[in-house]
Amino acid sequence: MAKPPVPVPELNAKFGPHLNFAPPGGWDKSARLGPDKLVKTHCSFCGMQCGIQLKVYENKVVGFEPWEEFPFNHGMLCPKGVKRYLQGDHADRLLTPLIRTEDGFKSISYEEALDTTARRISEIRDKYGPDAVAIYGGASMITEKAYVLGKFARVAIGTKNIDYNGRLCMVSAGTAYRLTFGIDRATNPWTDLVKAKVVLIAGSNTADCAPITTHYLWQCRENGGKLIVVDPRMTPITRNADLILPVRPGTDLALFLGMLHVIEREGLTNADYIEKYTTGWDAVRDSVRAWTPDRAAQITGVPPDSIVTAAHWIGQTDRAMGIHARGIEHHSKGVENCLAMINLFLSTGNVGREGAGCMMVTGQGNGQGGREHGQKADQLPGMRSITDPEARRHVSAVWGIDEKDLPGAGLTACEIMEAIHRGEIKALFSMCFNPVVSLPDANFTREALSKLEFFGVIDFFMSETAHYADLVFAGSLQEEDEGIICSAEGRVQKINKAVEPPGEAKSDALIICDLAKKLGKGKYFDFPSTREIYDELRRASQGGLADYYGITWERIEQELGVFWPCPDLDHPGTRRLFEDGKFWHKDGKAHFQVTEWRPSGAPLDAQFSLYLTTGRVVSHYLSGTQTRRIGPLVEQYPEPKAEIHPRLAAKHGIEDGDWVRVTTRRSSMTIQAIVVKTIRPDTIFIPYHWPGRRSANNLTHRTLDPRSKIPEYKVSACRIEKTSPPSDLDELRLEETGWSGASANGGSR
Amino acid sequence: MLGFEFYVDPSRCIGCRSCVAACAECDSHRGQSMIHVDYIDRSNTIATVPMVCMHCDEPTCALVCPADAIKKGEDGVVRSALKPRCIACSNCVLACPFGVPKVHLEPELMMKCDMCYDRTSIGLRPMCATVCPSQALSYGPPEAIARQRTSVPVRDFRFGNEHVRTKVFIMMPEEHPVLDVDIEDYMWREPNEQAERWIIDQAVFS
Repeated sequence: MAKPPVPVPELNAKFGPHLNFAPPGGWDKSARLGPDKLVKTHCSFCGMQCGIQLKVYENKVVGFEPWEEFPFNHGMLCPKGVKRYLQGDHADRLLTPLIRTEDGFKSISYEEALDTTARRISEIRDKYGPDAVAIYGGASMITEKAYVLGKFARVAIGTKNIDYNGRLCMVSAGTAYRLTFGIDRATNPWTDLVKAKVVLIAGSNTADCAPITTHYLWQCRENGGKLIVVDPRMTPITRNADLILPVRPGTDLALFLGMLHVIEREGLTNADYIEKYTTGWDAVRDSVRAWTPDRAAQITGVPPDSIVTAAHWIGQTDRAMGIHARGIEHHSKGVENCLAMINLFLSTGNVGREGAGCMMVTGQGNGQGGREHGQKADQLPGMRSITDPEARRHVSAVWGIDEKDLPGAGLTACEIMEAIHRGEIKALFSMCFNPVVSLPDANFTREALSKLEFFGVIDFFMSETAHYADLVFAGSLQEEDEGIICSAEGRVQKINKAVEPPGEAKSDALIICDLAKKLGKGKYFDFPSTREIYDELRRASQGGLADYYGITWERIEQELGVFWPCPDLDHPGTRRLFEDGKFWHKDGKAHFQVTEWRPSGAPLDAQFSLYLTTGRVVSHYLSGTQTRRIGPLVEQYPEPKAEIHPRLAAKHGIEDGDWVRVTTRRSSMTIQAIVVKTIRPDTIFIPYHWPGRRSANNLTHRTLDPRSKIPEYKVSACRIEKTSPPSDLDELRLEETGWSGASANGGSR
Repeated sequence: MLGFEFYVDPSRCIGCRSCVAACAECDSHRGQSMIHVDYIDRSNTIATVPMVCMHCDEPTCALVCPADAIKKGEDGVVRSALKPRCIACSNCVLACPFGVPKVHLEPELMMKCDMCYDRTSIGLRPMCATVCPSQALSYGPPEAIARQRTSVPVRDFRFGNEHVRTKVFIMMPEEHPVLDVDIEDYMWREPNEQAERWIIDQAVFS
């Protein structure tokens, strides 16, 4: 219904981001008192889901202690993990539900918030139909919340329109793995990376976005393995790369087609493997015949010799692995990029063995688990298709509803925002999602949110998206709930509750169940705690692809994680997929997929002759709702900067530290330049964690991959020019980052 | 921890500053980090280097301290300056061949890494080496390092004529058992010839 009720600086003065530097009570107090207990759990940031012990004193998280016994990270943590404890006892923490008034947000009681939300959702549903109400979920929360949110949408509201922010993250990979392998999970445990002789790292800024994986890759190299890195930038992982393929943004597909051409032409395929375990090879083989290294080089900007070498290295070993991330997935051909990369490994038989496989590096904390159990537009729990009659019958039976009342596939995250903009969706209820920062074309997102008749949010901080809400519930942080997540390698892990939510803040799952009761559907949401939700999830997933039936909370704690699928209590879990040569399609085979080259959705022209690409930095997480409030992480990278090559800088008279204007077909932003030789001269990189005038997503475009519906964050046509710094720089900094610009460490990268 | 040694492998560093973040968590220095992570030359490369105290056998910082405030323990660990003695004169800062100690204006005290004495004394690894995601900083038994790494640990450094041996090891390619950091070490000289000759030569030409 509205724009922010009062100007954003006023909201920020009250709700932050403010920066927290010290543990509760200050350094002296925490040092003097020591903790009441150490709680073994996992980091709230990123798909590595490192084990960590939280120090708790008087219901506050006051610090951390490494958890060296946890087998994935052995105590290793990135700076986000080290400082994550600073998010809990934070001045910005929402302690009561808030309702929009003309004077800004005012506290209301929990009961009042439930009543208002249920009433408004019911009114809109009755007036416009259930699909006019949409639900947004997220992949940074425990799987129990994701599960109960999916059930809430379909059972309590009856809408088909639920989707989650993993739509901006994992869906290209997921779609490709479903198409080829019949299942959407990393194929190998991370320990396999150490055993590989060649690792192809494509579009993964591993050191910044999955820092712990670096150790695995360095150990691979200590063992004599070779690393090939595909990226338009030289990220820290390239410092020990054996072969660097600095691909032009948006052309990864051509690179992979060129590599497969060489593999096929030189007889480096594994014909026995292809014959025995796969279908569809002939069509793929024919499709790459025209992709000579020269042709691939012309499109990608990677030398033909390098393409040939990379193909040789993969084709000549029986232990090749591939890891890829958003760099190849955030494209209007993100699915094809993944399919073409998988084909390199499948055609050489590098699948389903120790040190042989191809897998995605999941980005969000519960990026894997969050997509398995029913908050995805097209899926039911257990990674079941919502259009599969048998899946619908099974889940309806577990839920105790008539299958006819179960909605079908709904709109995806970006499509929901477009439907809101068109006026078709009138109400939105969002949890664990900050679309104002994370969706492409942020001005469009802001316009859309202003059109809603009702917008309800659950969050622990006042996110930039919550500024647009009519009502904000004070929700729970990860350390305030008990449940499970699934890490990037497919290991189901236990999140343990360290503290109770403060003030009138409530567990997100409890809020959802209470809302369902207010909507008259209480009997389907009679869950005293997340444990009962999990037990129902196990049954709902039983027999599905992501079968959790055999994974109990107790088993996870005893075994330090269990890999799904795990269909019964005696099943050991599945660390590595396809070891028996069996894939998850009905015919038991892997299905090669033909991919066809096409350009990106934002082609260059004379006016916009450069590529803009976006991504992350090591000290921030996603839309920054949490990390932009943690002082040491903000000091490490306080504000966005535009990386450009000295050749491009010289052309425009730009020097390191100058202010530049970057313009795309949608918008422009003024930002400081960092001039480095580690990025292609035709490419500009801007990290996306920030809101407001320097939000990278003001510049990006809404072209989606036709199958995965992921936006094309990694390629936008742009131009650059030198300009003067904003006249209100100090206010701007405070407003957008809470950072005064005073720190000695600030802006070090 | 008995038999464990500290290893620094700059080539593994990804510049994430997890060590800096973790060092600051120590209750004895409350938010201050004793570690530096620096870009070598950001405009040309992403390469970064973490720098911890090398804990010299004969610590130059202690030798130059006029207040006798810097002590080395029997474990070989060089401690931060003793609070009652340190006069914050910065001699140690200027003298350290590795550029490690810093004088903190508030509270006028030289502070440096003491290899997490509070942790190692109770069987825990130093915080930075425990959390380091790339294990550029690593603390463990020498056998494990020998087994897991192709590079070799080096703890002898020549700064011109000065030979410094440290407790902390730097991981180096196998062919460099001693780390020469001065160009003079790569220049040809007669047996027993003193390095001063080059300066004298220059004086002759000028």
